[in-house]
Amino acid sequence: MKRHCLILLAAVPLLAQAPEISFTSDVNLLKYPDSVSIGEVAGVATDSKGNLFVYTRTGHPTISLGTSRPFAHGGSRLYEFDKTGKFLREIGQDSYGFLVAQQVRIDPQDNLWVVDQMSSMVMKFDANGRIQMLLGRKSESEQVPARPLDAPPGRAGRGPVGAGAQSDIFQRPTDVAWDAAGNIYVADGYGNARVAKFDKNGKFIKSWGSKGSGQGQFNSVRGIAIDAQGSVYVADAGNQRIQVFDSDGNFKTQIQNIGSPAAVCITPGAHQYLYSSNSNPPEDIDNGGEIYKLELDGKVVGKFGRAGKLPKEFGTLNAIDCRRDNELYVGEIGNWRVQKLTLH
Amino acid sequence: MFRCILIACCALLAPAGALLAQKAKAQNVPEIPYDSVPNLIKLPDGLYLGEAMGVATNSKGHFFVFTRSANTRLFEFDQTGKYVREIGAGSYGFEFAHSVRVDSEDNIWAVDEGTNMVIKFNPQGRVVMVIGHRPEVVAGALATTFGPAAPAEKYTLGRPTDVAWDQQGNIFVSDGYVNNRVVKYDRNGRFLAQVGNEKAGNGPEQFNLPHGISADLQGNVYVADRSNHRLQVFDNNLKFKASYDNIGDSWTTCVSPGPHQYLFTSNSNPNGNAPGTWENTGEIYKMELDGTIVGRFGHASKTFGGFQVVHMMDCRNPNEIFVAEIESWRVQKLLLKPAGHEGAHK
Repeated sequence: MKRHCLILLAAVPLLAQAPEISFTSDVNLLKYPDSVSIGEVAGVATDSKGNLFVYTRTGHPTISLGTSRPFAHGGSRLYEFDKTGKFLREIGQDSYGFLVAQQVRIDPQDNLWVVDQMSSMVMKFDANGRIQMLLGRKSESEQVPARPLDAPPGRAGRGPVGAGAQSDIFQRPTDVAWDAAGNIYVADGYGNARVAKFDKNGKFIKSWGSKGSGQGQFNSVRGIAIDAQGSVYVADAGNQRIQVFDSDGNFKTQIQNIGSPAAVCITPGAHQYLYSSNSNPPEDIDNGGEIYKLELDGKVVGKFGRAGKLPKEFGTLNAIDCRRDNELYVGEIGNWRVQKLTLH
Repeated sequence: MFRCILIACCALLAPAGALLAQKAKAQNVPEIPYDSVPNLIKLPDGLYLGEAMGVATNSKGHFFVFTRSANTRLFEFDQTGKYVREIGAGSYGFEFAHSVRVDSEDNIWAVDEGTNMVIKFNPQGRVVMVIGHRPEVVAGALATTFGPAAPAEKYTLGRPTDVAWDQQGNIFVSDGYVNNRVVKYDRNGRFLAQVGNEKAGNGPEQFNLPHGISADLQGNVYVADRSNHRLQVFDNNLKFKASYDNIGDSWTTCVSPGPHQYLFTSNSNPNGNAPGTWENTGEIYKMELDGTIVGRFGHASKTFGGFQVVHMMDCRNPNEIFVAEIESWRVQKLLLKPAGHEGAHK
């Protein structure tokens, strides 16, 4: 009985008492032809021109039968829209790495970084939509029936199995960020419990973290963002905190009482803010869902929104773009849409 | 609990084992400088390369790329890298690309390790012969990947990897991930002989992942015996002649057409890229056929000019090497330079 009480206490997090930020939403921003299909929106990001990139799950990957091994094909697509929401083009049609969309981010040079949860790859496209660099490697084939979610990933060729090894093979990675020197940090992820660091040329440097709840340990790494000083903010959703590290992975501090951080974003300006969403799971739209606006030291400026299906409500928010302080683009897995939010 | 102990043991033993298994590489090998041709391939909008598994040139200088995208596809490019056409679009034999080679009559041979097939296209792109058989779909999905291999059969391939021919047109298939053998067929696809079998081994005439194959003008056969960290040489009847084991892991091999023939082999960096591996892997060796090393070139890197898991190369011109890279989804054309030339990649 005593044990039950403890679990209950642990399961109901303290949430910061924060002022409500008023905001408006445009849910009909994107205009696209009938030939384009938007499914679960895992990623949304803007480039320096204001164009929008949407990485979406448009179907399940299919498995081929009658082969030496079961192979997975397709399932996600990447679209570009202009800032008025007009459809421009598809990027990476039939890409080998597009299976289950997870995230898209744009770096300061307008390169597109696409994170795929099932292929366990981070793909860098240049502004022309051509592959420039690849991190990780897709499992060559799938196991039928599927592996349990906490099992080691499929083998990427004859390479080592991921599972926290000092390796550039990911296990369901979730997000990517860069520091001012161009070093690359990958949130890895649902399967692994670590952050992997690469130099700007993609050379694997190190990774840090393991499964657990202590400092420097993770339980479901859902997102990552880096401030102008190079501090690394990691959304440690299962531990209901954001952990902050220096660029070598040394623990600095943690930010709590903001629910289970999933999508995170740091604004680029002189005064940087951190946004973090307490995303609801798809099976529960009656709790959580709000987005917090924070100072980098963790002080809550305010919060807005809640879980739900209406405009200004959020369904399993998975992406926040915050290129401008008070103009956010958010991608929702639960509601298959992008909302443009204007904070007042 | 048992499982935990096992995993712990493996974790401790694996790195040491890998180091011990790697044989000493040749020292003080001269570096051959080279340039990589920038922007080699021009793809039309909407067309992309995935993992570049195979690249091969024909007599006109066109080159063919066998790639894993959402589906496995075979593309042809001209000498300038301009896209020409797709070959075998939607082919029943295309599932998981592994190798493409062009024979002396400009036929294009695709080796697919997903369908267990070797497919011969004529220069017009029409299928003229197939070797192996794609498992029937009604047999269902195969649940295991690395189970025990069935006995090697004459005409059933087990994840084949590569193909080569001698001057008479006999066909040599390296087979492969499931079997561990090389099969010789006559020019009409009739079984003649094999060396190795379904079981892996590290003695002479045994293999542990025969991953690439090439033949010289005398009909000798060179086999990249990847997980045995060596390259084995056989005569035309697949009798053992020699083993070269100072060149790292031989992932793929190529013999230039001559009259002075050279042998190339790639010590490709492995998947996983753990810290330290890039310093010891990634280079390609240029050798005489007798195993004397002439020089080496290339290094592991994701940036242009470096290699990220070279899977295959073409050496029709021994000073113009095409390489296909798995992990950079890229094909590069390397112009090797004579000794003393400045300003090239090292």
